[in-house]
Amino acid sequence: MATHNTMKTYAVAFTLCIVCSFFVSSAAILLKPRQIMNRELDIKKNLLLTSGLLQDADAERENIQKAFRQVEAVLVDLQSGELVENIDPDDFEVIKATRDPAARYMISAAKDKAKIKTRAKYARVYFVKTVSVIRQTPMVPAPAGNHETSSVRKQRVPEDFTLIILPVYGKGLWSTLYGFLALEKDTLTVRGLTFYQHGETPGMGGEVDNPKWRAQWPGKTVFDEDWRPNIRLVKGGVNPALRDAIHQVDALSGATFTSRGVENLLHYWLGEDGFGPFLDKLRRRHNGQGGTE
Amino acid sequence: MNRSKKILFAPICAQNPIAVQILGICSALAVTAKLETVAVMALTVTLVTALSNVSVSLIRHHISPSIRIIAQMTIIASLVIVADELIKAFSFEMSKQLSVYVGLIITNCIIMGRTESFAMKHGVFESFLDGIGNGIGYSLVLFFVGVFRELLGSGSLFGQQILPLIGEGGWYQPNGLMQLSPSAFFLIGFFIWGLQILKSKNIVRDSYD
Repeated sequence: MATHNTMKTYAVAFTLCIVCSFFVSSAAILLKPRQIMNRELDIKKNLLLTSGLLQDADAERENIQKAFRQVEAVLVDLQSGELVENIDPDDFEVIKATRDPAARYMISAAKDKAKIKTRAKYARVYFVKTVSVIRQTPMVPAPAGNHETSSVRKQRVPEDFTLIILPVYGKGLWSTLYGFLALEKDTLTVRGLTFYQHGETPGMGGEVDNPKWRAQWPGKTVFDEDWRPNIRLVKGGVNPALRDAIHQVDALSGATFTSRGVENLLHYWLGEDGFGPFLDKLRRRHNGQGGTE
Repeated sequence: MNRSKKILFAPICAQNPIAVQILGICSALAVTAKLETVAVMALTVTLVTALSNVSVSLIRHHISPSIRIIAQMTIIASLVIVADELIKAFSFEMSKQLSVYVGLIITNCIIMGRTESFAMKHGVFESFLDGIGNGIGYSLVLFFVGVFRELLGSGSLFGQQILPLIGEGGWYQPNGLMQLSPSAFFLIGFFIWGLQILKSKNIVRDSYD
């Protein structure tokens, strides 16, 4: 063994740190664009899977991008239900906004069914278009914020759309579940519900990923006659004879807390504190008042 | 050459890090429900063990004994972070499934155990072999556990359906316990049992000086 003195110890430690940090930071910086691309592609893929525009979970990147051209995002001020005109929906970072006191909304404990404490004031909503012709719908612009962007893409709700896709999230048992809820044009009937990120117990709560469980969702209705959120995850299976069966989905067996979490987060995001005002405005515009039961 | 062979192969059976030294159990529980994750985890741990052994061996004469543990830790942590970033960039689906467990390789006792007990005292090439050997020994147990857990828990191997599930019109009722982590405890127990029987029969000489 070589002799050791304090100076050498410091020198070795310092050099080691420099060398290691060089490798770590190079990896982080060089790979970051790829990682961000992966993450965005993954979210897009899940959105498309929810809406049924994409069937194959192992779809190639090109196909995902191609299918995504049928989707148009808008940014919505959740409280007023109006579009946010001055921010490009693609640039808005929801997670970042929840940390920014100016851009977030603290959810009062009584309303916080999804157990998320805070959410961004704005949320992205996606429309799936049927036809490529999109006329501009003059919605009332939201009050100007402090975000100044020079080239903001003109936002609009497509006149002709088939699906609305809402990002939803909330606490399950162990983790926050992030997913998409796809609704038909009537804003009432479910096209699909998928969670793209969660940390629930595999085989139990993790079964939210199970295609068989997810297959129960299409066709369910999430609001009652008075447009109050009404969707339940019930134990022991849904009795199709009951009038309420269209509001019910079989809960995940062995996963009471995850099931309750899914139910609660849907109630939150469909309710007046979530997308309620926006959906309300949308219904007035496109369907006239009332439901399609 | 004989000595190199011994260094490489001893940790695969006679000195198996999980089964004999009972190290690195936590990841063996966490990632073994599916063989796909097992394969990525096994490869990553093997590479990290080998490379950290090499790096520590390279600078072993220069590290003061008073800071050797933290120096090893720095090297291991850096390698694991790089591995984690690579998986996130090139195998995103996999990184979602492995989630925190890639990062937790840092705390895998096998790696630190090998750098401290072997690489600090041996040359670069031998340390490399020792790292690879221990990685393979670890992988072996992981694959053993993974085969049982995926086959009995999901009726498949590497995602390919082998036993048709009742839920999909077949006959096999998947064993829910096998999908949960505790089942790995039982399987590792059986593995150790089997290994001990094998050892007592052959009286494997399990040490190299």
